[in-house]
Amino acid sequence: MHIDGLTVRFGAFTAVDSVTLEVPPGRIVGLVGESGSGKSSLAKAVCGLVPHTGRVTGASRVQMVFQDPYASLDPRMRVGESVAEALLRMPRQARAAEVERLLGLVSLPAEAAGRYPRELSGGQRQRVAIARALGAEPDLLVADEITSALDVSVQGAVLNLVRSLRDRLGLPILFISHNLAVVRYVCDEVAVMHRGRLVEHGPTEDVVGSPGQDYTRTLLEAVPRLRR
Amino acid sequence: MFRTPAAVAGAVLVAAMVVLAVIGPPIWGEAAEHIDAGAILQGSSAAHPLGTDNLGRDLLARVLVAGRYSLLLALAAALIGATAGIVLGALPSVLPARPARLVTGAVNALVAFPGLLLAMFTAVVAGLGARGAVLGIGAAIAPGFARLTQTLAASVAGADYVSAARMLGVPRRRILARHVLPNIAEPLILHLTQALGGALLGLAGMSFLGLGVQPPSFDWGRLLFDGFGRIYVTPEVALGPALAVALAGIGFNLLGDALARGAARTSAPRTKAVAPESADPGEPEPGAVLDVRDLTVTFPGGVTPVRGVSLSAAPGEIVGLVGESGSGKSLTAAAIGGLVPYPGVVGHARLRLDGRDVAGLSRKELGTSLAMVFQDPMASLNPALKVGGQLAEVAVVHQGATRAEARARAVDRLGHVHLPEPGRQARRHPHELSGGMRQRAVIAMGLMGTPRLIIADEPTTALDVTVQRQILRLLREVTEETGSAVLFISHDIAVVGELCDRVVVMYAGRVVEELPADRLTDGAHPYTRALIASLPDMDTDRSLPLASIPGRQPAPAEVGDGCAFAPRCPLATDACAAGRPPLVEHGPAHRVACWEVTCTSTA
Ligand SMILES: Nc1ncnc2c1ncn2[C@@H]1O[C@H](COP(=O)(O)OP(=O)(O)OP(=O)(O)O)[C@@H](O)[C@H]1O
Ligand code: SF4
Ligand SMILES: [Mg+2]
Repeated sequence: MHIDGLTVRFGAFTAVDSVTLEVPPGRIVGLVGESGSGKSSLAKAVCGLVPHTGRVTGASRVQMVFQDPYASLDPRMRVGESVAEALLRMPRQARAAEVERLLGLVSLPAEAAGRYPRELSGGQRQRVAIARALGAEPDLLVADEITSALDVSVQGAVLNLVRSLRDRLGLPILFISHNLAVVRYVCDEVAVMHRGRLVEHGPTEDVVGSPGQDYTRTLLEAVPRLRR
Repeated sequence: MFRTPAAVAGAVLVAAMVVLAVIGPPIWGEAAEHIDAGAILQGSSAAHPLGTDNLGRDLLARVLVAGRYSLLLALAAALIGATAGIVLGALPSVLPARPARLVTGAVNALVAFPGLLLAMFTAVVAGLGARGAVLGIGAAIAPGFARLTQTLAASVAGADYVSAARMLGVPRRRILARHVLPNIAEPLILHLTQALGGALLGLAGMSFLGLGVQPPSFDWGRLLFDGFGRIYVTPEVALGPALAVALAGIGFNLLGDALARGAARTSAPRTKAVAPESADPGEPEPGAVLDVRDLTVTFPGGVTPVRGVSLSAAPGEIVGLVGESGSGKSLTAAAIGGLVPYPGVVGHARLRLDGRDVAGLSRKELGTSLAMVFQDPMASLNPALKVGGQLAEVAVVHQGATRAEARARAVDRLGHVHLPEPGRQARRHPHELSGGMRQRAVIAMGLMGTPRLIIADEPTTALDVTVQRQILRLLREVTEETGSAVLFISHDIAVVGELCDRVVVMYAGRVVEELPADRLTDGAHPYTRALIASLPDMDTDRSLPLASIPGRQPAPAEVGDGCAFAPRCPLATDACAAGRPPLVEHGPAHRVACWEVTCTSTA
């Protein structure tokens, strides 16, 4: 997937300023930056959810997983029905089996299909949201802060899942997070956004190990570390 | 829901009306049609308490019988109005942009048009009689429903799950039917109850104007119309139907209000304390800003999400409260602030703020000595008002500041929480700020006064570490300046470990470990250790899968007698499932509740 000169404006305010970025097949590209830097606006533009200028090529079926797993599932729909919404193109009889396969892909038992979102933990809900996105057979997955609403105890499982999706399905992923420790762990490449612009982009080891920009250094220093 | 006298009155009135509609015609039907040439146009008497009409029929019987017809007509009108309104209101979400704008414009124009005129116009066009009146009132009700549907649909349409469905290519009509309508049904049904009251009054008005029900049929409005000519001679003949209409109208409106208020999340005014788990309050901690002992929050059905929590905070101290979602952190905070939602019950052996019993503080005293910052910034911000104005309001109300002072202070506080260009942000509406900016605005609101205790409930969950750090630094500045204390709630043990003085770890409603933040890596409880192990940091080995804790925390109703962590604990023994480990000293300023830890250390 290739983003070329993408710009998002809200009135006179430029949230994303002519960003060019590539997400190669089978790679996870991390997008970091402080709040208000335009990460979510970029993600929404890539998904076609906000008006923008510039070009997004090489990704015709983009799916997004949202930050808040409590808001991204319809509270009145069973998990199975929510996931099946991605499968409307399939014949009705084939859907149940496919729902089961998708839930299995994100390590959820088949019986989860009959439950309502409120009966699941945050991590389980986020997996349902990922299963639903996978059902649409995306050629790019956009994950916007998908673990920031989750407990540390389940975050690990979701991050492991993201990595395994790349390894098993070769799915390219744009992984947005403000948590650099998380980004460092899951991403192959890191892109840094500041005030709507892309200020640095490179392999994870390089950006984290020897940042080229002061702004990146500030972000790295802000990562909380337990005092030992 | 039926706790207020108004709600009870509404429910009783509506129930009485329904009973009347069912039993009225069979019981009094005959009396209502009984013509008595000897008793024409009489006033009140023992035989005819409300008098008789021009054919000598008993008016009391007629009022009682007319209930069914009046209510049925009102129901029909309300349903017609609701259906038309919901269709009109929902159309813009399925139509293409241009026709959608047209419909929206039409609805807006209709809402501005006086309802009674709309009703009369429709009734005259549709023809005199019950059918015309019902259609007329339906037409008058429809625009309100359309507007409500539009507003509700717009708010649901912005929800993440609708965005997700759109991205999956789910057709618009299906999104409307499956996602939007079910999620707005509740408020629409509440509105229908109120509309029923309105339809009843409206129909009576139409009949009264002669536009409605025509003889020989009769409803309350018709009876009122017939009686009105005699109001100066025998007022009681008009009084009966007038009273019936008024009571029914009031009943439906009260019930609708009560239902609407019940559906909106309300918090009990001040929850009463029940007998605490241990009756011994012990000695209060001298000098503590916050001093809580054996705090319990219970909901009906034996659900106890907070179980005997004890906490304290010294002046200038930042205490971190960590634990996964559902462990009771937020309810603990709510209990301290007297904000536990109905029907929760709070119990405690001691609950003191700045050396005074919270039970003895007035709402206003509590409001000025305690500031609360919540997880969802939109819960604390009014979407319709500009940010600066909302902050200034606090200073005007609580500190009696002038408008200009309050505004200046609001802008100053917004700058204090590192909002860029505070003057400009103050003039923006909440939805124009990013999630992080909104939360900073809410924190700024909490800092408008000089609170003794600041409870910050996951204030930084939506924020990046840079801002988290700034906000914690800001909170630290405030505590050092004023000697206030902070209770900082978070599920992010890294943030808490780095930025707080002391950490309290909660699991399934109980404190399982308490220790100085700089010694968090020496945490002894298996849960604390597992949390720390599952946390990726800048040195985590990227080639290995990340550790996570298997299973899930038991729900409050599932917590048994033993250690709640036992099903997920690698060290669990039979003793763990049998009895709950008490929280005991484990070295200086360190307390742990775990059999394995305390037994090994004492052995
Ligand atoms: N509908 C809107 N109208 C006006 N400005 C907006 C709108 N949506 C976003 N913005 C602005 O765009 C900028 C970037 O917002 P965005 O939500 O993309 O940031 P972010 O990096 O995702 O922040 P956070 O981590 O806090 O969510 C912010 O300054 C915000 O004020
Ligand atoms: S008491 Fe037992 S089950 Fe509970 S944390 Fe300690 S070892 Fe684990
Ligand atoms: Mg964002």
